[in-house]
Amino acid sequence: MSIITIQLGQCGNQVGREVFDTICTDLHGGHGLCSKKENESYLAAGRERFFSEEKPGVLAARAVLVDMEPKVIGQTLSLASKSGCWTYDHQSHFCQKQGSGNNWANGYCVHGPKHKESIMNLVRKEAEKCDRLSGFLTVMSMAGGTGSGLGAFVTAGLKDAYPSSFLLNHVVWPYGTGEVIVQNYNAVLTLSHLYQSSDALLVHENDAVHKICAQLMNIKQISFRDVNRVIAHQLGSVFQPASSSSSDGATQYSRSPLGDLMEVLVPHPEFKMLGIRNIPQMSENSLPYTTFAWPGLLKHLRQMLIANAKMEEGIDWQVRPPVPGLPASRKESLKQPGRFNTSIANLVTLRGKDIQSADLGGFRDPALYTSWLNAPEDTLTVWKTPRAFNKYEKSASLVSNSQFLLKPLDSVVGKAWKMFASKAYIHQYTKFGLDEDDFLHCFTTLEQVIASYGSL
Amino acid sequence: MYILCPFKLYISSPLNGFSRFPSLVGQCGNQIGCRFWDLALREHSAVNKKGIYDEALSSFFRNVNTRTDGDGADLCKGKIRSLKARALLIDMEEGVVNEILQGPLRDLFDSKQLITDVSGSGNNWAVGHKMYGCQFRDQIVEKLRKTAEHCDCLQCFFIIHSMGGGTGSGLGTFILKVLEDEFPEVYRFVTSVYPSREDDVITSPYNSVLAMKELSDHADCVLPIENESLFDIVSKINQMTNCGKLGSTVKQTSLITSSAGGIKHNREKPFDAMNNIVANLLLNLTSSARFEGSLNMDLNEISMNLVPFPQLHYLVSSLTPLYTLADVNVPPRRLDQMFSDAFSKDHQLLRADPKHSLYLACALLVRGNVQVSDLRRNIERMKPSLQFVSWNQEGWKTGLCSVPPVGHSHSLLALANNTCVKPTFIELRERFMMLYKKKAHLHHYLHVDGMEQSNFSEALSSLTDLIEEYNQLDASNCGPAIDPPRLEIAV
Repeated sequence: MSIITIQLGQCGNQVGREVFDTICTDLHGGHGLCSKKENESYLAAGRERFFSEEKPGVLAARAVLVDMEPKVIGQTLSLASKSGCWTYDHQSHFCQKQGSGNNWANGYCVHGPKHKESIMNLVRKEAEKCDRLSGFLTVMSMAGGTGSGLGAFVTAGLKDAYPSSFLLNHVVWPYGTGEVIVQNYNAVLTLSHLYQSSDALLVHENDAVHKICAQLMNIKQISFRDVNRVIAHQLGSVFQPASSSSSDGATQYSRSPLGDLMEVLVPHPEFKMLGIRNIPQMSENSLPYTTFAWPGLLKHLRQMLIANAKMEEGIDWQVRPPVPGLPASRKESLKQPGRFNTSIANLVTLRGKDIQSADLGGFRDPALYTSWLNAPEDTLTVWKTPRAFNKYEKSASLVSNSQFLLKPLDSVVGKAWKMFASKAYIHQYTKFGLDEDDFLHCFTTLEQVIASYGSL
Repeated sequence: MYILCPFKLYISSPLNGFSRFPSLVGQCGNQIGCRFWDLALREHSAVNKKGIYDEALSSFFRNVNTRTDGDGADLCKGKIRSLKARALLIDMEEGVVNEILQGPLRDLFDSKQLITDVSGSGNNWAVGHKMYGCQFRDQIVEKLRKTAEHCDCLQCFFIIHSMGGGTGSGLGTFILKVLEDEFPEVYRFVTSVYPSREDDVITSPYNSVLAMKELSDHADCVLPIENESLFDIVSKINQMTNCGKLGSTVKQTSLITSSAGGIKHNREKPFDAMNNIVANLLLNLTSSARFEGSLNMDLNEISMNLVPFPQLHYLVSSLTPLYTLADVNVPPRRLDQMFSDAFSKDHQLLRADPKHSLYLACALLVRGNVQVSDLRRNIERMKPSLQFVSWNQEGWKTGLCSVPPVGHSHSLLALANNTCVKPTFIELRERFMMLYKKKAHLHHYLHVDGMEQSNFSEALSSLTDLIEEYNQLDASNCGPAIDPPRLEIAV
């Protein structure tokens, strides 16, 4: 089944393009270390999922590009057509002349209603091209104005227009400091609105990805492109075809990737913040000199999960699951380092050689999960394919609905609240029709989310 | 020592592929403006080698086919025919505007973009604001509308003027109000040149304080600049060049030395170098809206991020490096130096010390080969030495534009919303009070139609309120910061 990607704002368009590039490179990057038959069914599934093929041999991304200023879209389109292996449909973008100016209210209250019809038309045209539509993936940042404000508006519009399709919002969490001064306001407004209309939020933190670039990829002068590539790699490692059934012979690739993902990861509408981790991640130069074994990879991945580490380096190995029967003192330990990360549900995707030998018992331990889940067998889902991803002979990725984002969320809401208490910048939002009550409402929504995740 | 001309405004409205158009008001404004258009042309010709009229170019210029259509219907795409600046030149005497019209930039402007008179404003704010304002209002509105019609997306107006004289401060701030009435949605950026202490215009404190009220009430952002700071920067560079320290390596085309173009070259132009600095300030301010980059920054983002409270929209600016050496590959040390300099007292375009005052917010607009990791490293490095207001500890806004200024490999424009502007305002109020207590020169103002004593008292209290707002921020920073209690949620 197909996924339509909606790229919103500068960040959304840059990340989105990198995702298609990664996927296309993976599809065309050789035989993937598996049988020819296997590779072909992987290719077919991957193509149908992300591309349409109107002219033979030319893959057109199933995407709608939206921005309020023309420079980024122009750049994105031309970079894609230069790639030589895929392109964007040149009708499928919408831009205006003047950006939203980092103002969420401008994106949500002004640009949203004004351009809703044009954007939804483009989405409908893309949807009509799909034989079988699985759902929508929106890509946006939550710091600026267009991605966050217009993105929240478009998400609500998609939910209205396609109530039975799945809707996953990929959200880029800004650097803790230095991108946009009003980013914490914009983030609070975006997250609280997405929480109403989206099925799930998949989050990438810029700070974490930046560290991966520096420490694992060994990049000296890190550009946004480097950061976006890592994000794209992680997304590709989840969304490229993989199968939940482990029958022999050619793999039966999951029919509705988004639907399956939500079904297993979002058991309760109060909990829909997903984080993503992968292993291994390294610079292309070191790959040929490295060998991997499943037990080692999965041991690291499991510790990354329970210790809430963003990457395989610097994991705190002291963190252990709580001993059953002992009530942990939860409240005061919320902000402490070395705290155990409680999960609701996890999805592990394994790709590459010898996947049959991989043992995921460590992820099934009931101690990893919150106590109110009474069907522990549903807490872990595994997707597998013998097809290697992006030159990694073996790779594993983890999408987790857990307390991964509790700390960053608490910090963003805390900073925004401090600013709100001094009434700074509020006039910039009221100018576009958002009043203080709207802010309060959003703060309440998120405090609720923080309380819910905190009490797992 | 008055560099940027005492009077005259320049109105320009730039914007996005679209148009920002500068209004230049008064002599000062027009002289800066002249440098600005010259440098803008050079910047675009360095980037745009094929001579194609592109979106970047369209932000400041119209492309007109003068041969077939004298009225200048705009050509959207294709070869450059004849470029017209999106600007209005306004002065109440003819000297400077005439010089421009006879100089190398004459083709950029046509008569529909000029508003002049012969008698000047006599260094009297009331004459500029009340008398000429009233007299020229319709003409100004009409010409603004005409110029605006040529922009398919008008993003903002720049007003460049001086504060001390009559035309720039009076008529310039009058136009600011007109812009607010006629184009309420379009941002208004004002570059104001503040008079120096030894200003030879006796009434400059009056003019400045009267103009300050208008700026506080009607501008979205004000970039205050002082002649003395510009002068110090220029002398420092000259000194370094002459003593041979960096001597031969200072390129003749760097922003500070170039004076080609502009007004014709028949005499020494001591102020060109200073005006160049201001012109470059404007170029760097708009670069990210004109050229592509990995982190774009439109002009409307500047006020969104840097103006937490409506009145506190005075931003202190600094430009580094002021000249650059010719290397293409920049070793990191020198790149980091550029960031350090941006916070030092010597590089501010206003006599102010942001490092020892309180930051409300800070923006870094970087051009050239600089990546996000360079930015992050430098922010982390600078942060411990800077004080930020308690509710905005991470008040940094950044932009990355990939096109560097001509002759440089990289450059940085730092804009700070910082309480360090307060001393300038306090000093201005003191000089105002010295005259006002004795009612000196008041009659020159009061006999102008529409000017009343209340204009003075209101302007004074507006300035006092502004200073008080900065005082309160400074005071709030002294006590221990108490976090407001978070909302409680019943689980």
